[in-house]
Amino acid sequence: MSIIFLILPVTLFLSAGAVAAFAWATRSGQFDDLETPAIRLLHEDRPEDAATRDDTPRKPR
Amino acid sequence: MSAAAEIGRPEAAKVASLHAGMSEPEPQCAHCGLPVPAARLEPLCDPQFCCDGCRSVFAILHSAGLTEYYRQRDPNDPRGGSPQRSQRKFEELDEPAFREAHTQAGPGGMLRCEFFVEGVHCSACVWLLERLPRVIPAVLEARYDLTRSVLRVAWDPSCAPLSQVARALDSLGYTPHPTHSTTLATEQRKGDRALLLRLGIAGAAAGNVMLMALALYSGEYGGMAAEYATLFRWGSLAIATPAVFWAGSLFFRGGLAALRTRTPHMDLPVSLGLLAGYFGSAINTLRGQGEVYFDSLCTLIFLLLVGRYLQRTHQRRSAKASDLLSALSPTTAYLVESGTPREVPASALQVGSIVEVRPGERVTVDGVICDGSSALDTSLLTGESFPEEVTVGDRVHAGTTNLSSPVRVRVESVGAETRLGRLMHSVETTQRERAPIVRLADRVAGYFVLIILAISALTLLIWWHLDPSHAIDHTVALLVVTCPCALGMATPLAVSAALRAAAHSGILFKGGEFIEELAHPGVIVFDKTGTLTEGRLALTHFDGDESLKPLVRAVEATSGHPIARAFQRTIPESNLRCEARQEYPGGVRARVEGRDILVGSQSFVRAMLGSLPVWCMTRAQAHAAAGRTPVLIAVDGVVSALAAFADSVRADAATSLKQLAELGFQFEVLSGDEQRVVDAVVGELRVPVLNATGGASPEAKLAAITTLRAGGQRVFMVGDGVNDAAAMAAANVGIAVHGGAEACLSAADVFTTRPGLETVALAAQGAKRTMRVIRVGIGLSLAYNLLGVGLAVAGRLDPLWAAILMPLSSISVVTAALRARTFTREAKP
Repeated sequence: MSIIFLILPVTLFLSAGAVAAFAWATRSGQFDDLETPAIRLLHEDRPEDAATRDDTPRKPR
Repeated sequence: MSAAAEIGRPEAAKVASLHAGMSEPEPQCAHCGLPVPAARLEPLCDPQFCCDGCRSVFAILHSAGLTEYYRQRDPNDPRGGSPQRSQRKFEELDEPAFREAHTQAGPGGMLRCEFFVEGVHCSACVWLLERLPRVIPAVLEARYDLTRSVLRVAWDPSCAPLSQVARALDSLGYTPHPTHSTTLATEQRKGDRALLLRLGIAGAAAGNVMLMALALYSGEYGGMAAEYATLFRWGSLAIATPAVFWAGSLFFRGGLAALRTRTPHMDLPVSLGLLAGYFGSAINTLRGQGEVYFDSLCTLIFLLLVGRYLQRTHQRRSAKASDLLSALSPTTAYLVESGTPREVPASALQVGSIVEVRPGERVTVDGVICDGSSALDTSLLTGESFPEEVTVGDRVHAGTTNLSSPVRVRVESVGAETRLGRLMHSVETTQRERAPIVRLADRVAGYFVLIILAISALTLLIWWHLDPSHAIDHTVALLVVTCPCALGMATPLAVSAALRAAAHSGILFKGGEFIEELAHPGVIVFDKTGTLTEGRLALTHFDGDESLKPLVRAVEATSGHPIARAFQRTIPESNLRCEARQEYPGGVRARVEGRDILVGSQSFVRAMLGSLPVWCMTRAQAHAAAGRTPVLIAVDGVVSALAAFADSVRADAATSLKQLAELGFQFEVLSGDEQRVVDAVVGELRVPVLNATGGASPEAKLAAITTLRAGGQRVFMVGDGVNDAAAMAAANVGIAVHGGAEACLSAADVFTTRPGLETVALAAQGAKRTMRVIRVGIGLSLAYNLLGVGLAVAGRLDPLWAAILMPLSSISVVTAALRARTFTREAKP
């Protein structure tokens, strides 16, 4: 049971890391817009689309 | 081109299948999918277009290889339609002053700028906007923010000026508007981030402390070595400290402010409970005996912050909508220098310069007309429903709209010095002086604090006599369990759910407090023009031969004058052609089918013909007395028909007012229009109106509202014009109806995004229902608190009970708030 004396601080340390990561993400504005990225995810250029244009390089797949 | 058109085709076909009863495959516009009008059909081309806008967007998308747009788009979305383009040149964006104020420099000489963008309705639009660099290579990056409706553009100024970027956006159907008040937006974003950070920290703390509390509680029943219990207590203390003093500092600040200003506020009892609970538990941790409440405290902070965050998010949505609307105001004017007009920002105009105002445009300055004559729509500024005829030497004011032909104006005052500017200044002063609304939950909290303090003093006193060693513990337990978690959540949650529902129904509240204010009946003061009425003239009577109508329609077919517009709306188009059309002040003369036609006012027709028949003069007088505008029609020198126009009452006005009357509201009408017109409109409403005043100036409206409020009345002002703005700011709640002026929107506390007065009635009904939800929530949370008080006074409350009671009460309040139907029309009142 005395392992708990080690585990507890380690857990706290890990949580502090998570909180720090959250703080960084918030401060750098990653949660400012929660709607557009959800839509942007669906916007992948399709190969058919690439075929209709000749000047832009084809995206590596 | 034809291969690419194939991509557009299937989408268009899908739209066609949606139109029921369309058996014959009608040609569809290759861009927007709408049916192509017969006149625009081109038999030999494959892609057909319904308008030039669609044709050019289609061409741009193909040349830039962006046909993927047609695949991304939802063909069932009816809002797609043909692109709306402003056709402006956006030259004002290239002025050095604009660059100074609105752009930021980036690496490599590039500049960044933000635009509000109109016309974005689906994810395909976002996709297209973000591929702007392919349409115009000078743009390096374009990112769209859906939450704020803002497009951030980074471009290389050495390749192309910003006006070219703006024109490219406009040509795609997304009209850009420079964002103003960027500092305000930055402030807001900072506030959002800070609150989110607090929320995250409180959440993490609550989760971790709860785990340790679980160990402590199970240890209490199952037995646990003292050293482990001490470890968990110290661990909880370590986690709870930042949660209470950083994440929770919001409540302490609010509580202090409440004490300082002596206004009751929810933060006061919350701070009391938090501080008592934290210090009681911390001392017990140091002593190594007694109860600790860290888990309850952290959960409390977390839940309260969730409520605040939700409320803030929903409030910001309405704020965004009003931002967007005010960004649409014309901030440019055509400055005439050496004979040629040039588009400049309105702020660059100076007294003495000459500006050109084209038909359909808003006047941006106060001044005197030096060239041309036209009709001005002054309804937003004065409430006058009939357009004002102006010619050389007449004064014009900022905020009016030019209707028929271009005029040149010599500037006499600009910006804050104009009549509009002075009105807006008085709106700001009135708004600043308005007493803040004390919300129900805060009022309850005021009493709550006193009662809790009394009970805890009593508990301390009683236990001091019974068992001094437990007196402090029991008092702390009381303060923790009565800490109004559910009470603090009841309002924000009910309000944010209501704000969301209201926005869905086309009602935007700028703050939750206005819902509470609107829930109590009072006097509603209505503006007339544009609020009770449609705000545009309609043909109400036509005395004369019906066969004359097509002739009149042909004469008025091309004019932008409100009378002509009314003719265009009511009489179907014919293929008659009009020749030798000539406009005069007060009327128009033209030849149709070889007949000489005069359409105009009494004085105009009399001047042209020399005299008027008696029948027509008596009819015209009768119409004028009833608040209608008579227009005479003469064919070949004989007055043969008389048309009457009126700004008709909105179709839903009578029913909406009846619903409001049932809720206990009383009505008044305050209008800038003539008294006889006001009386005619009031007569049509069929509800008792306390007072109907015409000819009221903006200052008179403001004074009337102030007098009503001084008489102890709860006053609501509903309007649409700049002339109502000051009165709105002075009222308990100002409501702007759809289509109102921007100045009016900024003064209003509530505005509707659907035409008609139905939304006003719905707002009042919804507010009443929301208030009931809030009361239920407050009642529920007080019941839980009563239970807690009973347990604590009896000395039977341990931290486990506190930990169970608090979330339980919150969950029941949240459920009550979220399940309620408030602003839906289907809901039974």
